[in-house]
Amino acid sequence: MTKEARMREGSRVPLLQELPLLIWLVFLWGALWQDFSAGNLIFGAVIAFFVANIFYLPPVELSGRFNPIYGLAFAGSFLYKLVQASFHVFWLAVFRGPRIRNGVIGVKLRSRSDLMVTATGHVLSLIPGSLVVDVDRSTSTLYLHALNVSTAEQAEKVRADALDTEAWLIRTLGTKEELAALRAETAETRKRKIGGRA
Amino acid sequence: MEETVYDVITAVLMLGGALMSLAAAIGLIRFPDLLSRMHAATKPQVLGLLLFLLALAVEFRSWKLLPVLAVVWIFMLLTAPVSAHMVGRAGYRTKHLRPELLVIDELDDVVERAQRLLREAEEEALEDEDDDPRVDDDPGHSYTGELDDDEMLRARGTGAGEALNSDAQRPGKNPEG
Repeated sequence: MTKEARMREGSRVPLLQELPLLIWLVFLWGALWQDFSAGNLIFGAVIAFFVANIFYLPPVELSGRFNPIYGLAFAGSFLYKLVQASFHVFWLAVFRGPRIRNGVIGVKLRSRSDLMVTATGHVLSLIPGSLVVDVDRSTSTLYLHALNVSTAEQAEKVRADALDTEAWLIRTLGTKEELAALRAETAETRKRKIGGRA
Repeated sequence: MEETVYDVITAVLMLGGALMSLAAAIGLIRFPDLLSRMHAATKPQVLGLLLFLLALAVEFRSWKLLPVLAVVWIFMLLTAPVSAHMVGRAGYRTKHLRPELLVIDELDDVVERAQRLLREAEEEALEDEDDDPRVDDDPGHSYTGELDDDEMLRARGTGAGEALNSDAQRPGKNPEG
């Protein structure tokens, strides 16, 4: 059901879709009190329920899918990239400094869902060296400002990296359709690679 | 003995975090323009804060503290890219950038095309309705992203500000679609 249809009918957000938000709010409550006893958590759950319903925000359309194994692998690769890129930017700041050349590169993402585009842009912005300057929502294109890009190959590398990040996110929490499309795409590129070699 | 090991780990982590602050400071001074400075100003602290929080976790070794530290980092992760994006986008749109430093600029073409389309649509609209005194006849600065402060003031001074504002609010004409 689309957002608009739900609003027209005036029905509530299904509890299952609201659940991640509620769990997060209860966790936040416990963390801030530094008290995870049952009484405190129940009180937190009551408050979370009221907060989520009184201060109503448009619901985040989750895909209903979450793969924790891919999620962990993604977190690991994210941390690795974060450390590596942080030191790379440090190195660039010290040794390249004013002679740095950059590029603004458009990356057309596969997914059309707002959540996926936002998450991809967010992750790319967190990793040093790339920054989302603008988003074209109609074609789900991210415009990334990337440090130290001076050749077409480097730009292509940034693009491939962004698409790779999106692929990981789709594997972790994309919809089934997005996952199927991604699988078909990787199978095709593999076939093309083998064909190119033969 | 055990205490010393923990202290050493804490010290190393804190030095790592401080190093990231140093990276941000050096980047702010050495990089030449707003957008590359944005990288230095916002990014190294994602790792830097993580290292500081890990140092705290190692030093206090308290299970109650861990969720708070996690929440601190999560909020950093959620907010840092948003602020970086807003500053970067505002900087790009108000032309606070040095084009000679951008070797590749694929957004520029898109903005240009959007501006041309907007201009054409406006000219058509002008032909349709008779010459309306409230409509700004000069299409050169009809696109909001192109307005700099001077032009805004000039527009306000000549009373064309109203027309400009109505242009800005017309939906579906900016490059975001």
